[in-house]
This record gives sequence, C-alpha cells and structure tokens, in this order.
Amino acid sequence: MDTYLLKLYITGKTQRSDCAISNLRRICDEELSGKYQVVVIDVLEQPQLAENEKILATPTLIKELPPPVRRVIGDLSDSEKVLMGLDIQSVPRPAQ
Amino acid sequence: MNDPMNIYKLATGIPGFDHIAVGGIPLGRTTLVSGTAGSAKTVLAAQFLAEGLTKADESGVFVTFEESATDLRRNMINFGWDIAQWEKEGRWAFVDASPEPGQDVTFSGSYDLGGLLARIENAVKKTGAKRLSMDSLGAVFTQFTDSATVRRELFRISTALKKLGVTSLLTAERTEEYGDIARYGVEEFVADNVIIVRNVLEEEKRRRTIEILKFRGTTHHKGEYPFTIIPGEGIVVIPLSAIQLKQKSSNVRITSGSADLDKMCGGGFFRDSIILISGATGTGKTLLSTEFIAGGVNKGERCLLFAFEESSEQLYRNANGWGVSFEDMEKAGKLMVVCEYPETAGLEDHLIFMKKAIERFKPNRVAIDSLSALERVSTSKGFREFVIGLTSFIKHQEIAGLFTATTPNLLGGSSVTEAHISTITDSIILLRYVEMFGEMRRGMTVLKMRGSMHDKDIREFTIDAEGMKIGKPFRNVSGILSGNPHNSSASEIERMGSLFREEA
Repeated sequence: MDTYLLKLYITGKTQRSDCAISNLRRICDEELSGKYQVVVIDVLEQPQLAENEKILATPTLIKELPPPVRRVIGDLSDSEKVLMGLDIQSVPRPAQ
Repeated sequence: MNDPMNIYKLATGIPGFDHIAVGGIPLGRTTLVSGTAGSAKTVLAAQFLAEGLTKADESGVFVTFEESATDLRRNMINFGWDIAQWEKEGRWAFVDASPEPGQDVTFSGSYDLGGLLARIENAVKKTGAKRLSMDSLGAVFTQFTDSATVRRELFRISTALKKLGVTSLLTAERTEEYGDIARYGVEEFVADNVIIVRNVLEEEKRRRTIEILKFRGTTHHKGEYPFTIIPGEGIVVIPLSAIQLKQKSSNVRITSGSADLDKMCGGGFFRDSIILISGATGTGKTLLSTEFIAGGVNKGERCLLFAFEESSEQLYRNANGWGVSFEDMEKAGKLMVVCEYPETAGLEDHLIFMKKAIERFKPNRVAIDSLSALERVSTSKGFREFVIGLTSFIKHQEIAGLFTATTPNLLGGSSVTEAHISTITDSIILLRYVEMFGEMRRGMTVLKMRGSMHDKDIREFTIDAEGMKIGKPFRNVSGILSGNPHNSSASEIERMGSLFREEA
C-alpha cells in the first residue's frame, strides 16, 4: 500500500489555517490510518516554495504521492470533496 | 511632477505616453489598463517594466495570470526586451500564476489569495522593485469558482501593493470597445486610475488608441490618442492634440527652386514653412517637388524626399528628364530619397518612420510626393491626425516642408487632403488644367502665402526639358479654379477693367 505525501500550504497562523490543519488531520486519521505524511508549509516563511509550486490560494493541499498529483483549495471543511479531490477511496462503509 | 494635491508621477518611459499623462502615472498607486482582446495590454504591461529597467534603472515584477513566463520571455524578445537576462541580474522577477494545463483542482471550503500575495511581496523585496505589472485580472476569476472571494482578495492585494511602495499597472479585459470599463467590474475595487486601450475596426482598418479615463486627484490630457507597436521598440503613442504650437517662425526666405515661382511668392518660401502643392494628376506636382529639392541642394542644403507614388527608378528618370540628377545629389550626401508604397504600413507607422528618417538625416527641407497617396491606407480621422502630427513635427525642426496633394478632378476641385491640411499650411500653390480652344494648358496660382505679399495672378506655365517655365497670366479666361474655364473677349475685359478704374 502506498504512503500518502500531503503538503499543506498556509499563510501564517490564522483561523483559516488552523481550521485546514485540523480538518486534514481528522481526514487522514479516519481514512489513511498511519499511511501518510503531512508537511505544513507557511508561505509567509517560505515564499520560494509557494513560487515553485505556483500557489495562489491558501490553504492549498497538494497530494504529491502517490501520483497523480492533485490539489484541493480551501479550509478542507467538506471532507467528501477532499477525498474526491485527492482521489482517495473511502474506507468501506455500509452498502449504499 | 508636483501637483497641488501632492500626487507625484512616475514617468513610464513609454514614448509619447508621458506626454498625454502629463508626466506619467501616479507614483506609488495602482493604475488599471483595460482593453479588449488584442488591444496590446500585455505589451503595455511588459513595456512599463522594460522602460523602467532601461531608462530609470528601476527593477520590476511581472505577475502573470494568463500567459506563462516562458511565453512572455519569448514574445517580448521581439521588442528587444531580454527578460531572461534581467532575471539573471535580479532586476526582473516573474510571479507566474498562469493556469497549469491539465491540473485537477478541487475546492473544499473557504480560501484566500494569501499565497499569491506572499509571492508578490517576496518578489518585490527580492528585486527591490519600484514597478509592478499584473496581467490580467480577469484571468484570476476564471481560475477560481468564488468570484466574491476573488474580488475581495484582489482589493486586498491592490491595497498591499500601495503599502509596498510600488507603482503598479494592472490590466483587465473588456468585451466591447465602447462599453463597460472592464469585466467583473474590477475597476471599482482596484484602481483610482484608469487607462483604456482600444483596437477599433473602422472603415475596414484597424486603429489603435489609448485614452486616460481618469487619474484621481491629478491631471492628464483627455481623449483618444493613436498609438502603434513597432518591432524592436514596443508601443509608441502619438500625442497629437497635445502638441503645442510653440515653434518659432523666421523671416528667412529660401528658394522654391524656380526663380519665377520665387517671384510669385514675393521672394521665395519662408525657411520654416509648410507648402502645399495641389493639382490633378499630371499637372506638374512631382516636377515642382523635384525643383524644390534641386533648389535646396544647389544652395548646399540637405534634402529629404518621401515618394509614395513612384519607384526610385521612375523618380530618377523623371528628374533626369528635367535636367536634375538625383544620383549625384545622393552621392554627395545632400539628398535622401525614401520610396515606399503607402500600403506597406499603417499611417501611424509611416508617421514614426518618417519622423525617424527626418531625425536621422537632419534635412533642411523635406518634400512629400504625394500626401494624398497616404489617404488610401487610413480612415479620414486617422489621416487628419497624421497630417497634424507630421506638420507640427516638421515645424518643430524649423525646416521647410513641401507636400503635394492630388485632386480627384482634372479640372478645378479640391481634395480631402486639402480640407485637412489647408489651415495648417503656410502656403498653398494650386496647379490646374485650363482648357482653351481645344487645348489643355496648365495654370498656376499662389493661393495663400502666410506673412507675405504674393502674386494673385493665375499664370500659365509650360514644362520642357529644363523644367518649368512660368509665363503670363491668363487674362482672358475666367472660372479656372472652379473647373469651368471660359474665354472672355477683349472688349469684355476692357469693360470689366473700366468698372474698377478710378474716375479721373
């Protein structure tokens, strides 16, 4: 099973940044039990990284591994969209 | 520039633009440039930075939302702007925010453009930029789903730009040439200053203009000004009505090249005057301009001839036929002949090429044969602007300019050229066909000679191998200028003459 490499770009310690971080942790715990690595990058401290990745909006979550690379923009409050955007199959749930 | 309200201006360095902007764009503020697709917004945005680097040694940051930095580097090299080199020197930085093709983006929850702002601030600090261009705002809206957020964030960015102390040019697109200022109503939240660039299709011809719509709290010239884009240079604005009539005038007379014509003009043309020669095809306009040139060269003056109707071979042959050798004059460095088809370029381009030729060759006199040939490639409005721009330029050089204009009718008549130019010329000479006893003869008259007495007669002239011979006035013909000549008998002339004779 692949390990997920997730990078979250935020701008400083704002409410929106905190919100995105906690949402991401929750989703990872629920869906990717242990098979993930999260890197949080503050673009105010490392603008060159934002430049390299062409980040416009914050927060932006980039799934670097496994391919394909995917981006999710926003505070990640809508878990379903985050999973869809990251191309993550949800843990089996009761049949639909 | 120091305005009463203490708004300073930054000279952009874009040729002609600072003239209509009365010094430049407001310093440390944001200015919106709005225009339709293909109206040269991106060129203007890039040139703003390029001129800053080359003319004022001011670094710049280019924020691009539409074209990628790679494309821009390649496209702008045609204007002589080596962006890659400037980047190496740390004087130009891109903030590339162009969309990545094929990238999947999902939106989940609220966001801001903090990443973009951090990158802009970083680029400005890194380069020590004084100027910033952002191209184009509308493209930001297409990258994001929530336009309310984009609007709020762009406002935040434009406020931040002012704090950074940069003077910025932001571009935006519009859908119509004469409609809303810009799409998404961006002008309402980003800029106190608005410039509009247009690329209007008029009488099947494209005409580029630039207009300063508003500069909050400071002055600028109003209305649309034509501009053109020149390879190797970029945008050149032609500040027509902003031209001031402040040229000096002199009383020095110069020869027209014909002793007879000099006599008719009361001693020759004035040294810094504009002379218009009007006549139908074949009346001798080219001959007159040839004599004008020859007269100048014989006096040791430098002459410049623009020919828009004939090839140089034809011109040389014609001149030889009248005993004037253009080849010898050119070899002596006294003459430059520029032959060009009017269709090779737009009128704005012609104007700029002509100005450059005049600046380079520094002639004492300039002849243009014919001005009306240039009418073909322009709208009447564009032509009027061209004539005004050219005449004022020539007058500023304090040299003599002789233009020819072709009238559409063989007999009498006037041309559009005359209507546009007659009030700004100092002298007008009419050449007309005169039909007499089943024969076409040629007549000439000096219609106007500003600041001087002149011959009021309509004189007959003939053309032979030595050029032009001016003869006697047509005493027994009237109606020549109206194109309806008729002969009067000797007794009639006697009778008319007696009417005005003072009683003894």
